Amino acid sequence: MPIDKIFKDDASEEKGERARMASFIGAMAVADLVKSTLGPKGMDKILQSTGRGHSVTVTNDGATILKSLHIDNPAAKVLVDISKVQDDEVGDGTTSVVVLAGELLREAEKLVTSKIHPMTIIAGYRMAAECARDALLKRVIDNKENAEKFRSDLMKIAMTTLCSKILSQDKEHFAEMAVDAVFRLKGSTNLEAIQIIKKPGGSLRDSFLDEGFILDKKIGIGQPKRIENAKILVANTAMDTDKVKIYGARVRVDSMAKVAQIEGAEKEKMKDKVNKILAHGINCFVNRQLIYNFPEELFADAGVLAIEHADFEGIERLGLVTGGEIASTFDNPESVKLGHCKLIEEIMIGEDKLIHFSGVEMGQACSIVLRGASHHVLDEAERSLHDALCVLSQTVNDSRVLLGGGWPEMVMAKEVDELARKTAGKKSHAIEAFSRALVAIPTTIADNAGLDSAELVAQLRAEHHNEGCNAGIDVISGAVGDMEERGIYEAFKVKQAVLLSATEAAEMILRVDEIITCAPRRREDRM
Amino acid sequence: MALAFDEFGRPFIILREQDQKTRLRGIDAQKANIAAGKAVARILRSSLGPKGMDKMLQGPDGDVTITNDGATILEQMDVDNQIAKLMVELSRSQDYEIGDGTTGVVVMAGALLEQAERQLDRGIHPIRVAEGYEMASRVAVEHLERISQKFEFDNDNYEPLVQTCMTTLSSKIVNRCKRSLAEIAVKAVLAVADLERKDVNLDLIKIEGKVGGNLEDTELIYGILVDKDMSHPQMPKQIEDAHIAILTCPFEPPKPKTKHKVDIDTVEKFETLRKQEQQYFDEMVQKCKDVGATLVICQWGFDDEANHLLMHRNLPAVRWVGGVELELIAIATGGRIVPRFQELTAEKLGKAGMVREKSFGTTKERMLYIEHCANSKAVTIFIRGGNKMMIEETKRSIHDALCVARNLIRNKSIVYGGGAAEIACSLAVDAAADKYPGVEQYAIRAFAEALDSVPMALAENSGLQPIETLSAVKSQQLKENIPFYGIDCNDVGTNDMREQNVFETLIGKQQQILLATQVVKMILKIDDVISNSEY
Repeated sequence: MPIDKIFKDDASEEKGERARMASFIGAMAVADLVKSTLGPKGMDKILQSTGRGHSVTVTNDGATILKSLHIDNPAAKVLVDISKVQDDEVGDGTTSVVVLAGELLREAEKLVTSKIHPMTIIAGYRMAAECARDALLKRVIDNKENAEKFRSDLMKIAMTTLCSKILSQDKEHFAEMAVDAVFRLKGSTNLEAIQIIKKPGGSLRDSFLDEGFILDKKIGIGQPKRIENAKILVANTAMDTDKVKIYGARVRVDSMAKVAQIEGAEKEKMKDKVNKILAHGINCFVNRQLIYNFPEELFADAGVLAIEHADFEGIERLGLVTGGEIASTFDNPESVKLGHCKLIEEIMIGEDKLIHFSGVEMGQACSIVLRGASHHVLDEAERSLHDALCVLSQTVNDSRVLLGGGWPEMVMAKEVDELARKTAGKKSHAIEAFSRALVAIPTTIADNAGLDSAELVAQLRAEHHNEGCNAGIDVISGAVGDMEERGIYEAFKVKQAVLLSATEAAEMILRVDEIITCAPRRREDRM
Repeated sequence: MALAFDEFGRPFIILREQDQKTRLRGIDAQKANIAAGKAVARILRSSLGPKGMDKMLQGPDGDVTITNDGATILEQMDVDNQIAKLMVELSRSQDYEIGDGTTGVVVMAGALLEQAERQLDRGIHPIRVAEGYEMASRVAVEHLERISQKFEFDNDNYEPLVQTCMTTLSSKIVNRCKRSLAEIAVKAVLAVADLERKDVNLDLIKIEGKVGGNLEDTELIYGILVDKDMSHPQMPKQIEDAHIAILTCPFEPPKPKTKHKVDIDTVEKFETLRKQEQQYFDEMVQKCKDVGATLVICQWGFDDEANHLLMHRNLPAVRWVGGVELELIAIATGGRIVPRFQELTAEKLGKAGMVREKSFGTTKERMLYIEHCANSKAVTIFIRGGNKMMIEETKRSIHDALCVARNLIRNKSIVYGGGAAEIACSLAVDAAADKYPGVEQYAIRAFAEALDSVPMALAENSGLQPIETLSAVKSQQLKENIPFYGIDCNDVGTNDMREQNVFETLIGKQQQILLATQVVKMILKIDDVISNSEY
């Protein structure tokens, strides 16, 4: 009796052991892929897109690497997803989370082959994750009260984050920049307010944080290049031809003379608008949309600086910085809030002219100008800086910090090991495996730095046997050292997110015992 | 296929293009159908119970779903076989009707089919088997009614509800925080329930998810959560004691439905039109302001000018809010949806104690919370989790829990889970079988055996010896005549489901048995399968 096919033609089904194998292998392959980028001595990857131009990206950022991969294995997709979420949520630790999840699955695979049920492993992992988190909570340092110390904490966190990136040469410089920028936000996590302008040329060291605000635009012709005590109107309005917005309106004329008349009226209308704008008593006008030549000329005549085509974020930032509101109607000049700044001038960076607003009132937004040898360098520098900014802005809100350099993993591993000893039953194997997976992270860091990982980790473990030990791996000197002295700090929030989402992902993949792949959707043939 | 001839010896065409069709008939057709049904049931069998495993499904566009929910698995599977499609329908109808037990119903149907096959081998006619099943299912459902217990609960004492929801959640990936999720589900249902009419409109419970954070951050919001932000970046982010105007008309010049044209042919007309336009915007904003609104929620977009005017007059606004959300907001705040500016009056405004914008993570994602509403009949469950698949699965699990809680409000009766109810029914059906004369007796006994397969699968998935465990529990039930003994899936050490607090709803269980029997009857009655063969 032949059993009829249940699925459609191209659909496939994998069951039991095979399904589990497929997902373990897929997940581990992805983890191994990004493993070599972990830590201060981690290597970069070159990504070449298959799209037009075959553009090339060089990066060290786990989330960026994984995002650009075309992956078919469903389990691997889960890992890509957690890395993306980590990026959105805390910004850093995107590689660690994948590596940890991969290690957890690697350990789970061993347990499954020794005939332990996946559900038992999950139960053990859950207990272990809970215990590891408590262990971290016990050892956090919180310097929220002490502003000076807090700042130095932030500096250290920024330096730790940056040291694994391309910016590691100038990490102090960039850490300083990032910390200053984040302090400007005053607790807001809206990183949109920090503008990063990339200009090729010069070296990374020439990058700077501007105390004012820089707009990547040109000043209209014949308008003043330098304005002191500027009053700025930030607007979002059409300065080309003001369309009639009433639906169905159209112009119908029967003679050339009328055309001229209407054109005149249109011009008059624009002139009116410009006059209304000028009535605000401004000397700088920034618009989101185009400004046509005619109104631009009018502005120039009035000696007003008109900047067109600032993008939406630019406008928003400018509003934040100068304290002006974004206006679209101009009938009540007395009640519109204008922006102020001490000085507007045109500056040159490399070959490009930019507009610089300095002496701004609010200063909630700021600009960072990155300089570097090539676009690739700049792109990577931007990503690294973005990571640092994300971590810092999150830390400002949740000020708990931890030591870095594999220290948190060792602390967790020790507690989890102890839990394993206390737990009866098969679960203890899983808990033990969890601690092994945790230790894999410092091992990888050491391996990537070309150090003797077995020796170092063993030493570290011995050190951690003492209560209150601060030992971690110092990759630069290649030995075990006191992390507090060396100033290697990490944000608690990042570590916690790594721990929890890696466990969650591993659990999810472990629970699967069957993979059903649907037939790929048929693309319409163009023939 | 046999040819038919008319009285002149000419062949009839009974089936068009016969040679291109495959045909199965008689016992072969039944066997093939049963095999297909069993194959589907086998896929789901390992997902049953608290130790059940998940399935990973890769959709046609490469999207990944990981789930434990029977209905979802079957829905996403690319099923081609007709009988398998019937099973998919079966699970779907259980999902629509009850919301929970979608895996159980398919496993049950699979077991019934398996038993039916044996009866067919014995030479019993399929219709007799079907009738026997029908009688047996009636006995089982009546017995369930007898062994069910009533729960007493009210708004303050909802512990039994929470316990039942926890039973549902314990088989899902979210069982790590089943307690808190069950409480959220129960509180949500109680908030919107109409205890007088014993009805719950689940549409009033909105489930929103956002990746990031962890499962423990999932919360119940007595109000509405909208995935939107203020239309102008400089509008206030927090409004206390808001009076909300809910509009379905755009802040734009009117667009009459009838086709029309406004011709501009003179300069004067141009001027007046311009004036008109400005006045129009001004009036719209003024109207909102006049009735005392402090927040405008609009289904459509705003013109730049209108947006600035709103901002200028200090009237925060939200644009592009979807229709469903708009309705929920209207219900929650006690406002009316206003389709035209002219009809805006102070009574039609909704009221909310607090409206605030909250941002998440490092990207620019914001959501709008509308809380402390005048009428708290609409709630939102806001789910957080480590990744997208987790959120989706949690949404499904919460939905199941909500359904269970609703069913309990409709009908307070519960039965004991962990296979206890099935074992009790199996005993009752077995005992009843002897009273029926005729061939049906065998079918009824087969039904009893099929009922055993659910606890058997539970035991198997939990790593216990299925036959040994089942027989032990069965004899225990029979000896003490207590229908509370089930399979000890979590290794707690007792078989007493009362102590383990494993409950299921009575209507859910009854529905499972009835639906499964119906589908099996339908499959058994098919004796001819004609399908287009593949070339």
